[in-house]
Amino acid sequence: MRSRRACAAVALAVATATAVAACSSGSSSSSSTSTSTGASSSSSPSASTAAKVTLTWWNNATAQPLLGVWQSVIKSFEATHPNITIQNVPIQNEQFTTKIPLALQSGSPPDIYQQWGGGQEATQVTSGKLTNLTSSVSSWIGELGSAAAGWQVKGQQYGVPFDLHVVGFWYRKDLFATAGITSPPTTIAQLESDDAKLKAKGIAPIAIGSKDRWPDAFYWEYFAVRECPSATIKTAMTSVSLTPACFTKASADLTAFLKTNPFQAAFLGTPAQQGAGSSAGLVANGKAAMELQGDWDPSVMAGVTTNKKLSSELGWFPFPAVTGAQGDATAVLGGGDGMSCTTGAAEPACAEFLQYLDSTPVQEQLIKVASPGLPANPAAVSAISLPAEQTAAAADKAASYVATYFDTAMPTQPGQNLDNAVANFFAGQGSSTAIISSVTGPA
Amino acid sequence: MARSTTADATVRKKIELTILLAPALVLFVGFVLLPIVIAAYYSLFNWTGYGPLSDFVGMRNYTFAFGDPVFVQAIEHTLILTVLALVVQGPLSLGIALLLNRKFRGRGFLRLIIFAPYVLPPAVTAVMWSLMLYPGGFVDQLLKSVGLGGLIQEWLANLHIVLYTNFVVLTWQYIGFGIVLLLAGLQGIPVELKEAAAIDGATPWQVTRRVTIPLLAPTIRIWVFITVIGSLQVFDVVWILTGGGPANASTTMATYMFLDGFRSLEFGYGTAIAVILFAFCFVFSLVYQRFALRRDTAGALTRAVG
Repeated sequence: MRSRRACAAVALAVATATAVAACSSGSSSSSSTSTSTGASSSSSPSASTAAKVTLTWWNNATAQPLLGVWQSVIKSFEATHPNITIQNVPIQNEQFTTKIPLALQSGSPPDIYQQWGGGQEATQVTSGKLTNLTSSVSSWIGELGSAAAGWQVKGQQYGVPFDLHVVGFWYRKDLFATAGITSPPTTIAQLESDDAKLKAKGIAPIAIGSKDRWPDAFYWEYFAVRECPSATIKTAMTSVSLTPACFTKASADLTAFLKTNPFQAAFLGTPAQQGAGSSAGLVANGKAAMELQGDWDPSVMAGVTTNKKLSSELGWFPFPAVTGAQGDATAVLGGGDGMSCTTGAAEPACAEFLQYLDSTPVQEQLIKVASPGLPANPAAVSAISLPAEQTAAAADKAASYVATYFDTAMPTQPGQNLDNAVANFFAGQGSSTAIISSVTGPA
Repeated sequence: MARSTTADATVRKKIELTILLAPALVLFVGFVLLPIVIAAYYSLFNWTGYGPLSDFVGMRNYTFAFGDPVFVQAIEHTLILTVLALVVQGPLSLGIALLLNRKFRGRGFLRLIIFAPYVLPPAVTAVMWSLMLYPGGFVDQLLKSVGLGGLIQEWLANLHIVLYTNFVVLTWQYIGFGIVLLLAGLQGIPVELKEAAAIDGATPWQVTRRVTIPLLAPTIRIWVFITVIGSLQVFDVVWILTGGGPANASTTMATYMFLDGFRSLEFGYGTAIAVILFAFCFVFSLVYQRFALRRDTAGALTRAVG
């Protein structure tokens, strides 16, 4: 009964957005520094440092501790840049996928907003509302290393990361010891034999949150990263085609792996992050020994358990090697969180703020207080407190190639189709060829 | 003189009507009709939400939808949920309403309890049930403790069961509404009629069957209408409980619209699904109004003023 109103609301929102865009499209190109608040409307195009400017900032920090970090970062930034005011607008993470397109379509998008890079960024760039930051960040972007490449579109920097993510296996050292496993597996064959040892002790080897679909995709994507050379993956992401034979081999690897039945009971209905019964909760509470997840997993686990010793019991190891595969065994799957500036934002204020977010003191504060991910600036790696997370950061730094999550690296629609196809495959529906063809299917 | 007075009256009436109707009409056209027309227009385009509407695809979104086995499955699931709602929830709420209409101690309290789930936001219901339906959770423990451990299933993970798990939760949520509606209908039936029937020698069963239920028919027809429309559009409980999964085993038309339309940023395709969903509801309500509800509204609706 409530969804009907929701439909109408969506239709209405879409309608309004277009109407606004249609009204504003004529004038948007002529006014260069129109920002969305009244205070800044007086700023002239020649504004460099003297005129007062306001920047609205859409980010996903709706809760502590990240919210507090951003608030204090804004305060310290405004203290050193008295002419700039940052207006913090926290927005629920899930709403970004629908709000950003509508905002970019409208006449007044936010000046700065959270950006995950990859194909979504490429789609957003087509709106013409994103600022090309290449020249304004060139003096310092090199410090971030190869990670910043994930926020480039056709070699141009349209976003800048403030933290990085890496996917790998989180495992319980104590449960591994119980099962008599002395060191983490380095090949898939070892992983499978460790699974058998854990099962013999009545412990679910691997927890997975298949209800949410995206955790399933990690497995297929990692098998693809192991099977395919990095150049093949890069081409596949930009051309949105999974035809090379190595992707079919990844599906075969996944099929064989699923046959060993490594997951907890009823994994198809398990959520990834909500409650003690989620996959993170199962590992945190000692019901399962491993989980293939991003670096954020320990903080999720901390929220769904009362286990105080968890941080010392957790370990991390990279996705094991696949025997005979052509891909690089040190390559990792990951991504990160970044920020983009829109064309309405006052420059260089916006680029200065992004630079400030990546400065060593801010990065250290970010990691120490909130640790939303691994620091984008390698100088702040020492601020990571959890030993297992430092292992993950080291693997990320040493990786020959960081493959962005495929659903982010590709445009949104094929990315979602890929996630759905892999999720269906996990549920025993569809075929491995359906995964390959999912990204090229018609819209 | 007399003539001009009637002319004045007609003009005045017209002005009055304009003043009284215009605000409502503007709201209705602006917030109901216009969005529907615009949605239908968008559904003819391949549009990701950025840039102008330029990629006109005609009816391709519609042909693709009906050619997509997942969407056809979603329609099937929606229809299964609708039929189940009528067949299961109908007799159940009628039975409980008849029971609660009798006088006994604690009746008020019982009515309150039964209506309580309907007051909960569907999101809360879904989260609560997903916690209870975990493997080894409350539901499994309960079944075990009453010796029915053999019935335990993977409620949210078994592809063949998950749709019916959703139905049970939906029933739990919405049964209170049906009961309260029918109770209100029962209160409107004069006691004298039942007493007269009893004096004529009718058994309690006959009184219920021949007097109460026929007099309750208008209320039941309204309940059917609300339930069918609600079931066709079911979204929130299913979305939070299973997300339409696993492997689309519990997708409904609304979850399909959200996942494959708006989540994938295919706004054109998403609105096409919305229009199809709208057509389903619209056709049903027209047909139902024409054939079932007409006798209830006959005489109650004002005819055009001569």
